[in-house]
Amino acid sequence: MIINRDNDRIRLFNRRAVALGGGQSLLISALIGRMYYLQVVEADRYRMLAEENRINLRLLPPPRGRVMDRFGEPLAVNRQNFRVLIVSEQTRDLAETLDALANVIDMSEYDRDRVQKEVRRRRSFVPVTVRENLNWEEMARIQVNAPDLPGVIVDEGLMRHYPQNQTAAHVLGYVSSVDEDVLIDDPLLQLPGFRIGKAGMEQEFDLVLRGAGGTSQVEVNALGRVIRELERKEGEAGKDLILTLDQRLQRFTAERLGAESAASVVMDIHTGEVLVMVSTPSYDPNAFNRGLTQREWNALVGDPRAPMTNKAISGQYSPGSTFKMIVALAALEQGAITADQTVTCKGYTDLGSRRAHCWEGRGHGAMDMVQAIAQSCDVYFYEIASRVGVDRIAEMARRLGLGSSTGVGLAGERDGLIPTEAWKRATLGESWQKGETFNVGIGQGHVLATPLQLAVMASRLSTGLAVEPVLTRQMMMEDTVRQRPTKPFEVLDFDPAHLAIVRLGMFEVLNGPRGTARASQLKIPGVQMSGKTGTTQVKNISMAEREAGLPDIDEIPWNERTHALFVAYAPEENPRYALSVIVEHGGAASIVAAPIARDIMTEVLRLDPSRKPRINDDQVAVSQPGAPA
Amino acid sequence: MTDTGFLAARLRRGNMTLAEKLWQMSWSLVFWLCAIATIGFFMLYSAANASLDPWTTRQAMRFGLGLVMLLTIAMIDIRLIMRYAYPFYAIVLALLVFVEVRGVVGGGAQRWIDLGMINLQPSELIKVALVLALARYFHSLSLEDTGRPVFLIVPLLMVFVPVMLILRQPDLGTSLMVIMGAGVLFFMSGVRLWKFITLIITMLAAIPVAWPMLAEYQKNRVLTFINPERDPLGAGYHILQSKIALGSGGLFGKGFLQGTQSHLNFLPEQQTDFIFTMLAEEMGLVGGVTLIGLYVIVLIYGFAIALRCRHQFGRLVAIGVTTTFFLYVFINVAMVMGLIPVVGVPLPLISYGGTALLTIMICMGLLMSVYVHRDVQIGVRGGYDDG
Repeated sequence: MIINRDNDRIRLFNRRAVALGGGQSLLISALIGRMYYLQVVEADRYRMLAEENRINLRLLPPPRGRVMDRFGEPLAVNRQNFRVLIVSEQTRDLAETLDALANVIDMSEYDRDRVQKEVRRRRSFVPVTVRENLNWEEMARIQVNAPDLPGVIVDEGLMRHYPQNQTAAHVLGYVSSVDEDVLIDDPLLQLPGFRIGKAGMEQEFDLVLRGAGGTSQVEVNALGRVIRELERKEGEAGKDLILTLDQRLQRFTAERLGAESAASVVMDIHTGEVLVMVSTPSYDPNAFNRGLTQREWNALVGDPRAPMTNKAISGQYSPGSTFKMIVALAALEQGAITADQTVTCKGYTDLGSRRAHCWEGRGHGAMDMVQAIAQSCDVYFYEIASRVGVDRIAEMARRLGLGSSTGVGLAGERDGLIPTEAWKRATLGESWQKGETFNVGIGQGHVLATPLQLAVMASRLSTGLAVEPVLTRQMMMEDTVRQRPTKPFEVLDFDPAHLAIVRLGMFEVLNGPRGTARASQLKIPGVQMSGKTGTTQVKNISMAEREAGLPDIDEIPWNERTHALFVAYAPEENPRYALSVIVEHGGAASIVAAPIARDIMTEVLRLDPSRKPRINDDQVAVSQPGAPA
Repeated sequence: MTDTGFLAARLRRGNMTLAEKLWQMSWSLVFWLCAIATIGFFMLYSAANASLDPWTTRQAMRFGLGLVMLLTIAMIDIRLIMRYAYPFYAIVLALLVFVEVRGVVGGGAQRWIDLGMINLQPSELIKVALVLALARYFHSLSLEDTGRPVFLIVPLLMVFVPVMLILRQPDLGTSLMVIMGAGVLFFMSGVRLWKFITLIITMLAAIPVAWPMLAEYQKNRVLTFINPERDPLGAGYHILQSKIALGSGGLFGKGFLQGTQSHLNFLPEQQTDFIFTMLAEEMGLVGGVTLIGLYVIVLIYGFAIALRCRHQFGRLVAIGVTTTFFLYVFINVAMVMGLIPVVGVPLPLISYGGTALLTIMICMGLLMSVYVHRDVQIGVRGGYDDG
């Protein structure tokens, strides 16, 4: 039986093997037929294409879109870049020509080695780059010495240039050569020397700024030399990008912050436009385009003041006393206290066996809400925070824009942190302690916010609207870009009376007889600023240290000094601008941050960018630098 | 069977000595394989602009190792191979899952495992493993059972699981090759033709579903094949350049080392997937047809061995590995001539690369083992059977 069955199987197998073999033979015949067609029938056509007219496609890189400030001041442009190249087969002797070239332009040993290595690797007619970024004088010298420099050619290309150097580096970002591990989805990326955005706006809008490559079909002879161009398809230039920044204010702020490790954000409270976003120290984006040496890179990354970090969006700080407006509003809304009820500050308050101190060791006495904000009384806020509870404070903080990223459109933006009882259980697995509510009441403990969030908070306090920050005005094209929201900001639904009390407290901070920052009021007649100081500890002060007396600021190591913060808006009677300043380890807010805030706001009000006409599209096209006088 | 001699009886039982096995080997097939590989060495030498570095030397060493492997596999008793067909399949499948998981964890699509001398690609080995597993399965299945759809579920799963894993890598070319190789085994085992037709119609209907699963580059390849103008610098350009190089070779070619197109870097990957183009440019139609002729000789050996074998397992293994070999040749050559889309399938024994060579040599080793053990009698379960 088995044999019979197997015989059936064998017969079937043999039959089908014949069919399979026949099928495969047919396919192989098709291959041979195709070969015959290509190599015999069409051979002449292909031979012509191959031998005489080899068509070579070259990619033409499009010019990258420019980036400008709100008045059309260029922040990122393309500069002509003159390169010197060498074609080894046209030289009599490569080393000799390189020697002659070294006499004419600056050339390092490294460049020389690299050129010789590359020449060996490539075919002799392929030009090899010797140096980029030649200046006019070097160009002229090469031209004059041309007879002695056989095989040397000068070529022109475009190179990204940031005319403002460091000033807006963190917002702009930088361009740099393509990493090898980047997915190659665009043939442009394979061009040698092509640059893509690696940070900031350059990265965020890379695809729009990049444009599309063109192609040039060239005829190459049997040796691969270009004979003529057959067809040229121009690419599409990258789109220009207009930011909301005001370059003049940006520069002023950067200079005012000087050598500090600091950040500042200025916003138009009506539109949410970010006028200033500065983080110091900064870096020169031009250096990235040129290519950093390992040592330069290490210096940037290893600097404790973090020049590569945009502290305005990536720096998370305890907001300290700038958080007190939130606690006050939450308390008013809950009815935990009225504006007139007072809390007596004797310099500390006890919670069980622990004692929480006010910054004013002698005590403030009886404090109502306006004075508690003006004088930043900690005891008052310990008291009302414990009455309101951490979860209600957190809810208020979120309404004012804290606890989640603002979505301004820059990579690296952080969320900050607004703790709640549930949050602590979920992340730390512990239940909430009453003492922690005290800490939250003065904006310390787990609470974290970015300078941008604090500027948003100030904007929202001054308008009562859910102001959202934007950095881009509009692109020169409609569809790809998030247009600035045209609908008005949501109303935050505060009782106007509550908001008025908090604002009065902020007014008193600068303009009241006992305000913590009364020394920093604006010196413009008839114009006042409202604000709030915040000085936050980065290190716990032990009881022993407190009893021994707090040391002088100069005696504390830099990285243990307090952070100095300030948030403000102005003019008081009809607010237009809001700002935040943080100086890392700057010391006391009233001494360090408030004067900086005053100076920046003074300059903002003097230039008043929001009331000036901005550029429109045709002005961009002709690129009128600077604002109309 | 009274006239069979002493050796014939031992052939049937399969208990040959090593010397007898070596004597039984088809040394002429080994010769033809060496001939093809030698052509490959010359082409790699030319691809490197008349240099043994970086490809020829390494490829020759690998081929030597592969030859040892071929001979070793040929000596293994076919019943042992049959017994370990499933475990081998399971191991290769596990490796396939492993590279998949590591790709997910590591964030990169790395399809291989680094073994030093070669990078092992489980998706190549699965071709062999699947042939063995399916052959084992259908060996134990009577013709009547083969006719019942229920018995096709297991082998279909054996194909489907690795194919999905390879598709996820994503590697369209290899998936299709695995499917076609497996399809041939189903066909040879006696699965009815109308079932194939049903399946093909189902698959055509599934195209709209599968299309979004393809990676962007795979969609591009298919679309570019349909309309090469779409992507003048990408795959379409490669096909065009490949056709120019091939066509300009003419009847007799431009001569060894004289292929201008390949040497001026108009051709991509002239050492791997497009090596046939270079051969046809330098050696012309004559050279190309000669090489194809050599491949046909190997295929004929494969069919002859399959037909001469006395057991179903051996027949299926032989036809399976022969078909795999055929698919390599056909897909590669058809691709470089613009007959089918650009898929990354190497030319067997010629293209530079470790795993493909390893797979081919294992295939040929198995074919040889079938030949050496052609008269062995195997029962349904794989043991002795005097049926």
